[in-house]
Amino acid sequence: MPVPAIEFKDVSFTRSGGNRVLDRFSLTVDTGDVLALVGRSGSGKTTVLKLVNRLLMPEGGAVLVEGRDTREWEPIRLRRRVGYVLQDVGLFPHLTVAGNVGVVPRLEGWPVERTAARVDELLELVGLGAGHLATRWPDELSGGQRQRVGVARALAIDPPVLLMDEPFGALDPLTRAELHTEFRRIQQRVRKSVVIVTHDMGEAFALGDRVGVLEGGHLIACDRPALVAASREPIVRKLLDALPTVPRN
Amino acid sequence: MMKLFDFWSAHRGELAGLLGQHIMLVTASTVVAVAIGVPLGIFSARRPRLASPLMGVASIVQTIPSLAMFGFLLPVPLVGGVGARAALVVLILYGLLPIVRTTIAGLRTIDPAIREAGVAMGMTSNELLRQVELPLALPSIVAGVRVAAVVGVGSATIAAAIGAGGLGEYIYRGLSMVDTTVILAGAIPAALLALAVDAALLWAERQLSARRRSPSRRTAAAAAALVAAIVVVTGGVAARRTSGAIIVGSKNFTEQLVLGELVAQIIERDAGVPVHRRLNLGGTLICDGALLSGDLDVYVEYTGTALTAVFHAPISTDEAAVYDTVRTLYARTGRTLLPPLGFNNTFAILVRGADARALRLRTIDDAARESVHWRAGFGYEFVERPDGYQGLARAYGLRFPDPPRVMDLTLSYRALASGQVDLIAGDATAGLIKGLDLAPLEDNRHYFPPYDAAAVARAETLLRYPQVRLALEKLSGKISPDDMRALNYAADVEHRDIRAIVSEFLETKITRAARTSP
Repeated sequence: MPVPAIEFKDVSFTRSGGNRVLDRFSLTVDTGDVLALVGRSGSGKTTVLKLVNRLLMPEGGAVLVEGRDTREWEPIRLRRRVGYVLQDVGLFPHLTVAGNVGVVPRLEGWPVERTAARVDELLELVGLGAGHLATRWPDELSGGQRQRVGVARALAIDPPVLLMDEPFGALDPLTRAELHTEFRRIQQRVRKSVVIVTHDMGEAFALGDRVGVLEGGHLIACDRPALVAASREPIVRKLLDALPTVPRN
Repeated sequence: MMKLFDFWSAHRGELAGLLGQHIMLVTASTVVAVAIGVPLGIFSARRPRLASPLMGVASIVQTIPSLAMFGFLLPVPLVGGVGARAALVVLILYGLLPIVRTTIAGLRTIDPAIREAGVAMGMTSNELLRQVELPLALPSIVAGVRVAAVVGVGSATIAAAIGAGGLGEYIYRGLSMVDTTVILAGAIPAALLALAVDAALLWAERQLSARRRSPSRRTAAAAAALVAAIVVVTGGVAARRTSGAIIVGSKNFTEQLVLGELVAQIIERDAGVPVHRRLNLGGTLICDGALLSGDLDVYVEYTGTALTAVFHAPISTDEAAVYDTVRTLYARTGRTLLPPLGFNNTFAILVRGADARALRLRTIDDAARESVHWRAGFGYEFVERPDGYQGLARAYGLRFPDPPRVMDLTLSYRALASGQVDLIAGDATAGLIKGLDLAPLEDNRHYFPPYDAAAVARAETLLRYPQVRLALEKLSGKISPDDMRALNYAADVEHRDIRAIVSEFLETKITRAARTSP
């Protein structure tokens, strides 16, 4: 049986305020799979992501990445194998688009030409190949473009794991739908093990191979979208009922 | 205005040298302040508990007036003393605060999401600092450097008080000669330098915060850096002083400048040893400290001043006894007092000539009768010295309605002449006494000890250069009170160049050493 990309085993975590956000939490993400994690604000979704790349350490239990406890990983090595797309993108304002996408290759000491070629390839991949975006500055881009640059940056050295924290949260619905399509197209090509966090059940259904629902520090549902949609669990039902419907007449 | 240009063109070489020293002082101190301040700022930005006390200490340092700071540092080994080194230490201390503060501010205002992105991408804290935090904080840091450098240009003028050179020399010289032209000759270039530094760094700051650094802009920035480097190097070369020279000092009033120049010229002329002038030092204690530490080789002191201000020995009015006591005390501390020059520069209690004539004032006793209606103004030293104001008031029963106003000695002559005060304590040999129609009152109770002027030198220097001792001894008894007054008058009232006055005096009054052909 192949080793899962990410595994949470009975993980507990308490915020510095004393608020227990994860309580004996378990989760498995198979290699090449997309897990969409849904939950309300403050339910601990971002904490789950930060436990994967060791920005946080578990209090109890263990987090395994590629079968290895994060406590045993050298943190810098681990983070370079785990791409991270942040909630508010976090592009470096003092670097151009190309500079931002090339950050990790440069950290890895790639030769300049190899980095440049990779940057072109990635911008092509995220649909920014046309135009001369590479030399632009982050504050000259639209929200959707910035988000694409964020994805390109996270994929720069082809990490096997990708973490995405509300990546499309701040976008208008049309751009959002467009990027959902783009995401699935890209994932078809790169086949990463992805954890994507969102508060929007619709987005979770659109993106996830599996959908997990986080509530009260536990995973109350985690299955293929169709099965989650049919769940009788009251909280899951509530989230489903919150999905917008188009009013008739 | 024409006088100013005349002064500059007559002192072209000197002006360039002083400007060079000034630039050197500011550049070197700013560079070191950046080298210390930026790491210190980074360090404390990461430890907020440390940052507040550190900023507190830095702010306190900043509030110490620079002249006082020079005073504190004077007796400190290694960093203190007299000259460019001590000046650099003070300027560095002043530069630190703005740089540390803006470094901390620049780092703290970085969006935490940006920092988190860096960490999540697998940057080590070093990589994060160099690739993300410092570039983002750079405009703020440069703003701090700008403040430090501009303040440094101003503070460096004060460094002339401890013989570090720079444009402050003209300012101090002008103050002691009460010559506005000379003050402006130093103050205007210093102000222009401050404006230029400000403009250059402001430009750099704008370039950085615009952060669209196209290649051509980078080239321009590199060119600017190159020009700056050339200026610094040239300044450094200009500021480098002759080593192996005899260092001649003086205090910061006209007579001392004349005597310093006289000592310097006779050593150059008759001993054939190169001389480095460190004239215009800020007071007796600075000169004495410098002589002890070897920052000076020789300067002219007054026996009564040495007795009371330097050695804190009891006051005596016996001229020969005072000279012998002081010579012995100097000898114990490795210094040699040379024979007296021939005049006694006692304190002169001065009133306006018009008052003296109208009220028939001849002695200080006469003045004591009038003092209840008068305001007195004294130099800083006179107020504090054991042979100064307190004792004088006791000896003569002087009573003023208000405490005396404390002011710069040189300015007090003007204050008296213009009626702002009615009685001052000046130098008996001051040229301004005649120039401003002031009347000296007789010390009929013999309160003041004798102040015979005599050169004092490091014994070690005289042993190494016996010809310097011979040259200095040629001055003994050669300067009468009238000679000294005339020299002071030429400098203070006629505004003649001190070097010229002194060389004329040497040629006419003191015979040249018989030169043996080589």
